[in-house]
Amino acid sequence: MTSDELIWRIAGGSGDGIDSTSQNFAKALMRSGLDVFTHRHYPSRIRGGHTYVEIRAADHEVQSRGDGYNFLLALGDSFARNPKEEAYYGNEELKPLSENLDDLREGGIIVYDEGLIDDEEVADIDLEARAEENDWHVFPMDLRALAREHGREVMRNTAGVGVTAALLEMDLGHIEDLMEDAMGGDILEANLEILHEAYDTINEEYDFEHELRAPEGSHDTEQALLSGSNAIAYGAIDAGCRFIAGYPMTPWTDVFTILTQNFPDMGGISEQVEDEIAAAALALGASHAGAKAMSGSSGGGFALMSEPLGLAEMTETPLVLVESMRAGPSTGMPTKPEQGDLEFVLYTSQGDSSRVVFAPGNIEEAYEQTRLAFEIAWDYQLPSIIIYDQKLSGENTNVDVEFFDRDPSPDLGATLTEEELKEAAHDASGKFKRFNYDEAENNVSPRSLPGQQGGRYLATGNEHSPVGHISEDPDNRVAQMTRRIEKLESIREDLDEEHASNQTYFGDETAEYGIITWGSSQGAVAEAVERLNENGYPVKGLGVSDMMPFPEREVTDFLESVDEAMVVEMNATAQFRGLIQKELGRFGDKLTSLLKYNGNPFEPAEIVEGYEVNLEGEDRQPTAQVRIEPAAGD
Amino acid sequence: MSAFNAIGEEREIDRDEFTPGVEPQPTWCPGCGDFGVLKALKQALPEVGKNPEEVLTVTGIGCSGKLNSYLDTYGFHTIHGRSLPVARAAKLANPELEVIAAGGDGDGYGIGGNHFIHTARENHDMTYIVFNNEIFGLTKGQTSPTSPKGHKSKTQPSGSAKTPLRPLSLSLNAGASYIARTAAVNPNQAKEIIKEAIEHDGFAHIDFLTQCPTWNKDARQYVPYIDVQESDDYDFDVTDRREAAEMMHETEDVLNEGTVLTGRYYVDEDRPSYSEEKHAVGEMPDQPLAERYFDDDAEWERSYDLLDRHT
Ligand SMILES: Cc1ncc(C[n+]2csc(CCOP(=O)(O)OP(=O)(O)O)c2C)c(N)n1
Ligand code: SF4
Repeated sequence: MTSDELIWRIAGGSGDGIDSTSQNFAKALMRSGLDVFTHRHYPSRIRGGHTYVEIRAADHEVQSRGDGYNFLLALGDSFARNPKEEAYYGNEELKPLSENLDDLREGGIIVYDEGLIDDEEVADIDLEARAEENDWHVFPMDLRALAREHGREVMRNTAGVGVTAALLEMDLGHIEDLMEDAMGGDILEANLEILHEAYDTINEEYDFEHELRAPEGSHDTEQALLSGSNAIAYGAIDAGCRFIAGYPMTPWTDVFTILTQNFPDMGGISEQVEDEIAAAALALGASHAGAKAMSGSSGGGFALMSEPLGLAEMTETPLVLVESMRAGPSTGMPTKPEQGDLEFVLYTSQGDSSRVVFAPGNIEEAYEQTRLAFEIAWDYQLPSIIIYDQKLSGENTNVDVEFFDRDPSPDLGATLTEEELKEAAHDASGKFKRFNYDEAENNVSPRSLPGQQGGRYLATGNEHSPVGHISEDPDNRVAQMTRRIEKLESIREDLDEEHASNQTYFGDETAEYGIITWGSSQGAVAEAVERLNENGYPVKGLGVSDMMPFPEREVTDFLESVDEAMVVEMNATAQFRGLIQKELGRFGDKLTSLLKYNGNPFEPAEIVEGYEVNLEGEDRQPTAQVRIEPAAGD
Repeated sequence: MSAFNAIGEEREIDRDEFTPGVEPQPTWCPGCGDFGVLKALKQALPEVGKNPEEVLTVTGIGCSGKLNSYLDTYGFHTIHGRSLPVARAAKLANPELEVIAAGGDGDGYGIGGNHFIHTARENHDMTYIVFNNEIFGLTKGQTSPTSPKGHKSKTQPSGSAKTPLRPLSLSLNAGASYIARTAAVNPNQAKEIIKEAIEHDGFAHIDFLTQCPTWNKDARQYVPYIDVQESDDYDFDVTDRREAAEMMHETEDVLNEGTVLTGRYYVDEDRPSYSEEKHAVGEMPDQPLAERYFDDDAEWERSYDLLDRHT
């Protein structure tokens, strides 16, 4: 007997190894043939505080965290040394058991650590009565004592995994393999003992009445478990990026760290510098001198990058920046996702400035669009930005390994060799016409690199002549400005013709109701649409990734084909909906918004409910912390 | 064959090669000290055997920032205060380039102060020339970080309440390994110092006194100046940090009283440059990054070599 899906939540204190334990368990589930999706919830603190990780595993594709969950492993917090006394951390009260019960589905399983969880807490919440009411199956176990007996207290996570495996009738093989990869010697031995002891104890001492079992599945090809940050970092590597500069800021730090750790082995350079202005300026300097370079940050740090961003544009220096959104304004909620920086990223920097902006919707897209961001930046000599968020950054899903098997492209795009420079246009003084507008194909004027014979020119953030001298000549201004701005049109054509669409379509093609979204909300929308279709509602979905240049044709076609569309995004001011209306200049009366900005990503059920409420057309709001913004005329 | 043949090319280099043939002519005011820097650079570069195409000059914004518009090398005229981060990354990406950064006192010590401290601290191998005219020139005469206390301007009409910044001492404390002060009115010394700075393997900071006759009419025109190496009154060891520090303090004290001391203040030939340090810890590739993209035989490691740890 197996179940359709398992959503396992491990809860406890930050710094207690919740993350690494869940990472390994997710991998074990993936190795057993399942598709997995992880979701991480953590407070902005280093130790203690309520944190959990959810792993959703099923024999079919999983694109979001799902709705609620069905297995809770509640570990105490070892940093709350005395669990009998109330432990408060700022405004986060650590209650790994009671905090988590609201989302536990009927028939679910609870395993909690009796050793570290307060009896009073258990009494307070009237666990017994609630369990009865919801048909929960509760297994109190002294995981701490078990871990202490065979090793050290921190190993109680392993005991928890052992208990889980026993209750779900899972084979321990994959878990053991992963432990063997990760550790050795006495530590491994102790962990294996704990794992088996926990597994056996459950089997010997408890009767199970619950129906939940681990699903069974199989993969035809080898899978890898990757986060969005991994995918972006690897996309950059395959695009030939070998220079990164940055300053730490959650959640961008992940990409920065992954590249920094890998670069020494692949001849790349990473620089942690004094601030984000410097970081982006370094990436720009490296790019100017001939490296494929990137930088990035999260909202607050990206704010500082607007100067170098504009400079990259004016000097037509290729550059890739990543912007990993978290809830704002200002420092906001550092560890919580939001899609609130869209307008900021699109319009930051002075003048008629423009750049390319991609918002990948899942792990595969994060990889592909990062590669594309590099390709376009170097082909068209302008900055391109990957905008994503804390959710995509940290969630792990399995990807077919073959998906990555392609050629690296360390190509510098529109950059001349010395041979080519000999043929290129120069002015009377012998300077290379680097910003030539007469012969620009696709509005691109190929560049030279410092140190090349015959390529001397001046790059400047001021308006400039073809060789780069500062110029306020009106004719030159118009020619240069027009060429720079029209690059976006050339890019749009290029994207439409040369590249498979970056937009993702799902659901019933003939439907007259559409749900449109962008970035990391795509997975939850896709699942909601699937569910609505299964329940007989004709709905289709579109996940848009190209933010600039905007895929006018595709979005127009989609919106023309429906009577009504709901725009789903994680912010309070409907920024993406605003973008659609600005870019297309119509559809204002067809669009409603479903907005969520409480720090947690959408669950598919919330979108389903949003659809229902919207269709009913009553003056009511959905029950969850989401908001409907009605349509408004053009 | 290199992709950067201009680098290290050995030939007789004419001074005129550093002067743009057609346009533009400098737009600096008559008598501006900035002409002195331009001239000294044009003399120094051929003398140290540099070919215009292997030199990258990176400037900020201000009258000073226009330097590379009038000097015919590869150039990057960046934005206010940001020349150093751009310059040091260009050097990291292609260590074979001769990188010279330049800017004004407002640009380098004000808005770009943080970058100055960190570039000096890391000891990047480059030359940094700060045109110190004790004023904001291009924005029409506001008080700068090096303006003397009590200096009156449109933005400090009652006289500046701020003590001027001490660039030499700051530079020493931040970690620069070559520190000198020279003046536009002293062309021979200026040229020699620029040559030394270029040849120095580390961060060479030159506080270059440039008079601004337009906005700083009251300012001492940095004459008469005293060359501390030439004068018998000053005897200190430029390689000794403490002696150098003391000499810098004295120099900075007396400048406010109208005595202009110039010369080399600190030279540390032993301190490894940043890229050497980075190389030593295994974070700097052997081959210039920029070169690799033109190298058909270069091995490009791929991400899927990294995927094993994810399966
Ligand atoms: C971010 C920013 N702030 C302000 C300015 C305006 N600005 C241009 S030049 C300058 C002052 C330059 O003074 P300094 O660096 O001493 O150079 P000088 O003109 O005296 O050579 C200022 C404030 C600018 N261009 N950018
Ligand atoms: S304003 Fe001053 S610094 Fe600027 S060019 Fe004129 S004299 Fe030189």
